[in-house]
Amino acid sequence: MPSKLIDKYFREDHLPHIWCPGCGHGVLMRDVAQAVENIGLDKDKVVLVSGIGCSSRAAGYMDFNTMHTTHGRALAFATGIKMARPELEVICIMGDGDASAIGGNHLIHAARRNIGITAIVFNNDIYGMTGGQYSPTTPYGEKGTTAPYGNIDRPFDIAKVAEAAGATYTARGTAFDAVRTTKLIEDGIRHKGFSVIECASICPTYYGRKNKKGSAVDMYTWQKENSIPVEKAKTMSPEELKGKLVVGKLSEDDFPELTEQYQAIIDRVRK
Amino acid sequence: MGKVKLMQGNEACVEGALYAGCRFYAGYPITPSTEIAEGCAVRMPQVGGHFIQMEDEIASCAAAIGASAAGVKSMTATSGPGFSLKQENLGYACLTEVPFVLVDVQRAGPSTGLPTSPSQGDVMQAKWGTHGDHPIIAIAPSTVEECFRLCVRAFNLSEKYRTPVIFLMDEIVGHLREGIEIPEDGELPIVNRAIPADPASAGHAYATKEGQTVPVMAPFGMGQRYNITGLIHADDGFPTNSTDIADSQVKRLIRKIDDNLDDILSWEEKDLDDADVCVVCFGGTARSVYSAVETLRNEGVKVGVFRPITVWPFPAEEMRRIAGKVKKIIVAEHNDGQMLLEVQRVTGLYDKIGFVGKVNGTVITPEEIVKAVKEG
Amino acid sequence: MSKMEIRLAGTGGQGLITGTIILAEAGIFENKFVAQSQSYGPEARGGMCKGEVIISDERIGFTKVTKPTFVMALSQLSFEKYCFGLDEDCFVLVDETIDVPKEYDHKKFMKLPILATAREKVGKMQTVNIVSVGAINKILGLCSDESIKEAVLLHVPKGTEELNLKALYEGAALVK
Repeated sequence: MPSKLIDKYFREDHLPHIWCPGCGHGVLMRDVAQAVENIGLDKDKVVLVSGIGCSSRAAGYMDFNTMHTTHGRALAFATGIKMARPELEVICIMGDGDASAIGGNHLIHAARRNIGITAIVFNNDIYGMTGGQYSPTTPYGEKGTTAPYGNIDRPFDIAKVAEAAGATYTARGTAFDAVRTTKLIEDGIRHKGFSVIECASICPTYYGRKNKKGSAVDMYTWQKENSIPVEKAKTMSPEELKGKLVVGKLSEDDFPELTEQYQAIIDRVRK
Repeated sequence: MGKVKLMQGNEACVEGALYAGCRFYAGYPITPSTEIAEGCAVRMPQVGGHFIQMEDEIASCAAAIGASAAGVKSMTATSGPGFSLKQENLGYACLTEVPFVLVDVQRAGPSTGLPTSPSQGDVMQAKWGTHGDHPIIAIAPSTVEECFRLCVRAFNLSEKYRTPVIFLMDEIVGHLREGIEIPEDGELPIVNRAIPADPASAGHAYATKEGQTVPVMAPFGMGQRYNITGLIHADDGFPTNSTDIADSQVKRLIRKIDDNLDDILSWEEKDLDDADVCVVCFGGTARSVYSAVETLRNEGVKVGVFRPITVWPFPAEEMRRIAGKVKKIIVAEHNDGQMLLEVQRVTGLYDKIGFVGKVNGTVITPEEIVKAVKEG
Repeated sequence: MSKMEIRLAGTGGQGLITGTIILAEAGIFENKFVAQSQSYGPEARGGMCKGEVIISDERIGFTKVTKPTFVMALSQLSFEKYCFGLDEDCFVLVDETIDVPKEYDHKKFMKLPILATAREKVGKMQTVNIVSVGAINKILGLCSDESIKEAVLLHVPKGTEELNLKALYEGAALVK
């Protein structure tokens, strides 16, 4: 029998999902459902928008108003939805290439505007859907089918990019630590402005194999052993933090939210 | 009828959109369509709507579609280079059947081209610019008054057929100021998309009843909780690899337009009853043609005008009927011969069709058309 | 049938496009058909600049000026470009600072101190377009004093109404 969470938040007739065995996305998708449950949102008022890639399939499995859009554009579509109907709770699920390469411009500008959207990035450091090409978050020196001799680009720190661009809530979780990640997503949804929760996923099929990271279990174990809570990270040197995942709430600010500001304009000029 | 007001074509487009019930605009600055964004920035909050300037053309098209999926009539406007960028999500709206109006105030291209100069070089792009087989409606206004009234019609068709409509303006009408009579409330019909009586129990969003081609679905937030995807999808809105469904879905999208030509097509015929020559034109070029026809008629030349208002779908039957009556057809347009191809295709005539075109960024003058008609 | 084709040419920043818009507005007040357009682009921001308006009793086809019935030039360049080869009946108005060659023999010709009036009498160079409108309406008799006043007020920034009405009056007063 499916769990209550699956029963309530998933479109069971469209399961099982298409993700590979061991993929971190399923766990993260469940974290999103759990976060919505914890807050007690009305499903009819939740809009889940995704882009293109492995992560984007999450939208179809979840029983909300769901929109599977074009590659990189989830936040642009979501901005239209939120702006037109601010009363809707708009959540975006994006992948790393989706959010930070083709959609990088939309990410920084959604952050700059501080629109009340929750952006959840399923970051597996690779383009999975197209078969393992390196992405903007693939670590330096690692391999992908398009980085056969090792990646020579510097990777993005998505949470840091978002914070620098003006996101008023940024956090990082992992697929391994479901409890912490659920709480971070929950807080992100509750946060009024633009929130970004970067969720370290794993891709055992492409990233793992290509870079000899072992089994899915090995990869989760790596996440477990290399996650540093943000409080502890503050006591460590950059050298010590190299190659680690700093997890937890990374930043929070209270700049006014975009649609509330616009409503103030409407109230002022409406005839 | 209201009082006559002096208005620019781009402003009339904004007022027409508001009249039609548009309450969301997303855009990006680009000449010569910028006044539409500026107008919406001022007007939208005054009527309780929303305006947003997005980071690029792709995003503004996406935002407009998102707003419409949430039930708010929406518009975005651009010109040449931006029209190229909007093609990605235009196709998305075609397949997902989300209505919205995309305004293209054409300017001279290719590429950045001549940003402030008139052109009608996007005729074929309007039809074929986004990849894959898809339906499209494109409407071209010739006067400031039409910038208003036809913009209302663009929204109506978009809502009725759940399909994007391209409002194919050009610099000539976009930047032109004329007097227009603003219709009173209720004077022009306003169409709103059909939504189920009880969204929560409405079932499959993309299902169509026997004999119907347009699905009836609720906007987001009303309890239907369906899925929208740019992948080929079944009636339930979920992706499928079924070849049968792919075939029936794409064909239904095309039939949505093709089966309703009587309702969708519009055109103008002028002085054609006794005409030996028919000048085919659309949009701003029609203004040069009207003056040329007046001159020619004063000289006793039997010439008339056929002006497709819906550039797409093209009024093919009507074109064929006229082609059968006249001795000569002259196509006049601000490009190197785009509608010309369609006129040739639908009539099957080649020798009988002359052409006046321009790609140098200046307007076609009435004299040039007079000359072409006289030279046959 | 009466049809006026008016072209105002000068330098970007003189507000001549707004000038043609005001003339178009005046045409509307007189229940005429109007078509106003302009040269758009970099030249509208400092270089040569031109605005056009057609005012007619009948519906207007082609929207650009082809046979001007009135041309005003406020800069040397625009004089040289637009004030030659005109129909005999076309009225040409130029600023007094324009260097008009001795052999220029256009019959309907007038020279007025438009720039100087804006600068000295009104005291604000930006009002040169309204000074022009005042003079043009006096020359062409487009509409009543009341209508042209109303048209001006529709198209000038808030807070500058008094100044612009002074400009309009001074412009009209130039035409004896």
